[in-house]
Amino acid sequence: MSDTKKIIEIEVLRYQPESDTEPHLEVYKVPFSDDMSVLQGVQYIKDNFDGSLTFRWSCRMAICGSCGMMINGIPKLSCETFLRDYYPNRVRVEAMAHFPIEKDLVVDLSGFIGKLESIQPYIIPREARSLEQGEYIQSPEQFNAYIQFTSCINCTLCYAACPQFGLNPDFIGPAAIALLHRYNMDSRDGAAEQRMELVASEEGVFNCSAVGYCSEVCPKHVDPANAVNINKTNAAKDYFLRFLSPKGGSK
Amino acid sequence: MKSGLKRSNAPIFWSLFGAGGMLSALFGPVLVFITGIAVPLGLLLPAGTMSYPKMLAFAQNFIGKGFIFAVIALFLWFAAHRIYHSLHEIGIHPGLLAKLLCYGSAFAATLISAYVLLGLGF
Ligand code: SF4
Ligand code: FES
Repeated sequence: MSDTKKIIEIEVLRYQPESDTEPHLEVYKVPFSDDMSVLQGVQYIKDNFDGSLTFRWSCRMAICGSCGMMINGIPKLSCETFLRDYYPNRVRVEAMAHFPIEKDLVVDLSGFIGKLESIQPYIIPREARSLEQGEYIQSPEQFNAYIQFTSCINCTLCYAACPQFGLNPDFIGPAAIALLHRYNMDSRDGAAEQRMELVASEEGVFNCSAVGYCSEVCPKHVDPANAVNINKTNAAKDYFLRFLSPKGGSK
Repeated sequence: MKSGLKRSNAPIFWSLFGAGGMLSALFGPVLVFITGIAVPLGLLLPAGTMSYPKMLAFAQNFIGKGFIFAVIALFLWFAAHRIYHSLHEIGIHPGLLAKLLCYGSAFAATLISAYVLLGLGF
């Protein structure tokens, strides 16, 4: 391409489990054009300098949620973050905070996957219906109650942003609680009480100290902090009113 | 669903924290203004607004007593919770000692203020 290309320094946190005892930073000088994302910068390094550099990506359009990285210390999707916004300064790219590093920029997400499963992320019907009874009817109002919380792409940026998750990896965390809330708020679902056991547990919503950074970094405007907050109120109500409810609430 | 989940007792402290937070947001600034600025400097309010007989009468009134109690106790529960969690955030991981110091002092102050207020009679 043209010889007027600018060069940006990209500093990458490297960790090769076979040879490294701990992660370290390495700097690469990458030629870039104004339309290049940080992800493309990292791809350039892999293609031209070091083929062993490992990272996740797929869609390149902020929808698959796999390319999250700490970019100058802020959790971001690297495919929608542009090198031009950092030039002429150096940009630092690291694995997502608060997760164990597997290799270079790839982190171990098995804990997160386990949390997603634990919230029962599917509709548990309020009432059994036969096919003859037809579909569940939902009003626009009922739809609006949960639609925002369906936009999560499981990028885990909110976990990298959450200081409480950093301190206690057992905390089920922002995205999982937002998804839990999505099912609780669905008029077809009737399992909010079952999910309360997790919400109200020591791993649940009360780990949150209302920092709000999760919602700030969320690329899909899910506002997980709001979901957590609403469920704190729900859990507090459940705590004090469980003795009055006929079923006794959750244990 | 995971098994072996333990219910958190946080709602007790969280509710006191929430109530204290709301109360301090509503009354905190104006109380600071009245007791810390207006009365000592003799601004705006008539002289003797907080004189001993007036304050004693206020504290002997049923509603006044309740107000003083709520302001002292809930403000302290609010502060205890906030401090406890801030310690955690700055990396001092609160153990039993921090818990006892934070919530214990709020608890002690609650008892003392209840005792003193009731002792003032009605
Ligand atoms: S809530 Fe937002 S930041 Fe968190 S995983 Fe979902 S999309 Fe990503
Ligand atoms: S590559 Fe899919 S979100 Fe960035």
